[in-house]
Amino acid sequence: MNILLYKITLLVYLAATVLFLVDVITRRVKLGTIARWVLGGGFLLHCVTLGARYFATGHVPVVNLHESLSFFAWAVIGIFFLFDFKYRLDILGAFSCPLALALMILGAATTAPTPTVNPALDSWWFPVHVALAFLGYAVFALSFVAAVMYLLQERMLKSKSFSGLYYRLPSLEILDNINYRCLTIGFPLMTMGIISGAVWANSAWGGYWRWDPKETWALITWFLYAALLHGRLTIGWRGRRAAIFAIIGFLCLMFTFFGVNMMLSDLHSFNALEGR
Amino acid sequence: MNIIVVGLSHHSAPVEIREKVAFSPNDMQRPLRQVFDLPDIGEAMIVSTCNRVEIYATSRDPDAGIAGLRRFMADFHQLSQDDLQPHLYDYQGEEAIRHVFRVSASLDSMVIGEPQILGQIKTAYGYAAEFKTVGLILNRFLHKAFSVAKRVRTETNIAGNAVSVSFAAVELARKIFGSLDNKTVLLIGAGEMCELAAKHFINNGVGRVLVTNRTFSRAERLAAEFAGRAIPFEEFPEHLHLADIVLTSTGAPTCILDRSRVEKVLKIRKNKPMFFIDIAVPRDIEPQVNGVPNVYLYDVDDLQGVVQANLKERHKEAKKAEEIIDLEIGQFHAWMGTLQVKPTIVSLRRRFEEIRRGEVEKTLRNLKHVDKKQEQAIEALTSAIINKILHPAISALKEKQNGEGDNFVDAVRTLFALEGTSGETQFKPLAVDDDDLETDQPTPDQSQGAK
Repeated sequence: MNILLYKITLLVYLAATVLFLVDVITRRVKLGTIARWVLGGGFLLHCVTLGARYFATGHVPVVNLHESLSFFAWAVIGIFFLFDFKYRLDILGAFSCPLALALMILGAATTAPTPTVNPALDSWWFPVHVALAFLGYAVFALSFVAAVMYLLQERMLKSKSFSGLYYRLPSLEILDNINYRCLTIGFPLMTMGIISGAVWANSAWGGYWRWDPKETWALITWFLYAALLHGRLTIGWRGRRAAIFAIIGFLCLMFTFFGVNMMLSDLHSFNALEGR
Repeated sequence: MNIIVVGLSHHSAPVEIREKVAFSPNDMQRPLRQVFDLPDIGEAMIVSTCNRVEIYATSRDPDAGIAGLRRFMADFHQLSQDDLQPHLYDYQGEEAIRHVFRVSASLDSMVIGEPQILGQIKTAYGYAAEFKTVGLILNRFLHKAFSVAKRVRTETNIAGNAVSVSFAAVELARKIFGSLDNKTVLLIGAGEMCELAAKHFINNGVGRVLVTNRTFSRAERLAAEFAGRAIPFEEFPEHLHLADIVLTSTGAPTCILDRSRVEKVLKIRKNKPMFFIDIAVPRDIEPQVNGVPNVYLYDVDDLQGVVQANLKERHKEAKKAEEIIDLEIGQFHAWMGTLQVKPTIVSLRRRFEEIRRGEVEKTLRNLKHVDKKQEQAIEALTSAIINKILHPAISALKEKQNGEGDNFVDAVRTLFALEGTSGETQFKPLAVDDDDLETDQPTPDQSQGAK
């Protein structure tokens, strides 16, 4: 049942992505509004999908890769709506939606058997840690999107050669602002995610920090974002440099999520989570 | 009834011809009355701007109407036909509707998307309404043209990007800073173009103006004009960090700002972006300044490039506007079709009712001892016969109103000698609504202003 719901959600996200892209390419009035409604519908459906998964498995659905990708995509769309409420930028949808869609497609490509959580890990710190971490991921995903848009717009303004995208992208100020806001929201979420993870690790394995590859990479990413925040607040980093940092930070984050989980075997790999 | 257009514009005539046929806005009544009084013309209005002079009219015989308007254009301005006719264009029917929609939506303008033309057409329509030379068709047509223009403006970005150098600078500043509120502009030099650009910035919300010039008194005068502050020319580098936007137009033979100075200024500003607009020739600012992070430098040629790019974007948007117009033409054409049919149906019913009533009255006068009940039975019988006879004809007319309507209307009018029989003006029946077609209620006269 939840797999069917997942597939329907994926199709709705696909429709919203197409609508956002057509809106941005052709700038047909009303298409952006329709896209938001479709995406909103998809988001609600996604909430139902996650709920159904929760009731079917009996645990917060973030245990295997399929569930994590689904939760990540849900968080990206949720955070998009939070920012869209303030900025109302169709182009933000046109960049965020494909990202969520890609996560959903990856999720659909991975197997989704009902996982059995290792009893040793069955603590309420686990969902808190994972939810905080993924919300942080989602905020940084939006910051990545804004950073890419910033670099594109900045490049056109510097080179003085304007493509159609120039007219669709918002001002550098707005994009830099989104980037900064994402950092101020995402960094505390990430920090709390790491702290709650340490507490969970202590209850599960009897130690706060084990320097496994995932923890190491999470710390590297944290330092990157900490450096960016410090640079912004004290040295006055902004614009291009901040955008490049945000992109590097997100790539590092994605490696922490995908690369470490899939390539390296450690306590954070999904096999370990599932007790295999 | 057909809509016709006769006129000339920047596409078809040089300015020497356009200025000769322009109508004075102070004397619109005389030409409007003369056009209105022409044979074959039903309603009329005149649009006269610096780039176009056009007459919009209605006519039952479009070819004759167009010929009359062409003659009028030459005669009114005392020009020879040979001089004027090659520059005139004319449209009728659907092409005329398309032309007026395109003109109103500013797709036919010299600068596509410029907003003035709609106001000029509205003014022209205002004159025609004031002097009562427009009636039902042009009223509806022009209102439709205004709504099409509005739709084009809201559904496309045809007027979205600046097509003048000064506005392009303001627009670029918005792309960099978002809002211009609380931003500071520094004018280096006090040239005319710099002053004009500064005015645009102030009109678009820039908060503070600093002015510097080699002649300090001139800087003071300009600063007073913008409620800003004058700075001695020698001191301006020390104030550079205060400015978000720097406009330069000095007559200096070499650059007055180089990369290293701007880099230092950026450090003081904690990398807050700066926008330099160098209007001077030779240039005041070293081109390498554009390479400094968070600094954007545009010279006159760059701004011209932006204008060209914006014009290209407007042309892309114009394609979308043409699609909107295609849709709207279809709707308006359908309404025009109903104009041909509805009055004919009303006249037909009225004609038959007149005959029925005349015959019933004659019969009743000859019959003696007819009581009220029998009289009602005769009335009902004759009404039923007429309704049954008319039913297929009216159904056929309604069916064909959007297709071969004209042929059917002509046939019915000829067969039943309807022309002039009802004693109505030609526009009178046009105001009927569908309910009137089913009953025999008299039609309200709404032909005010039309012949």
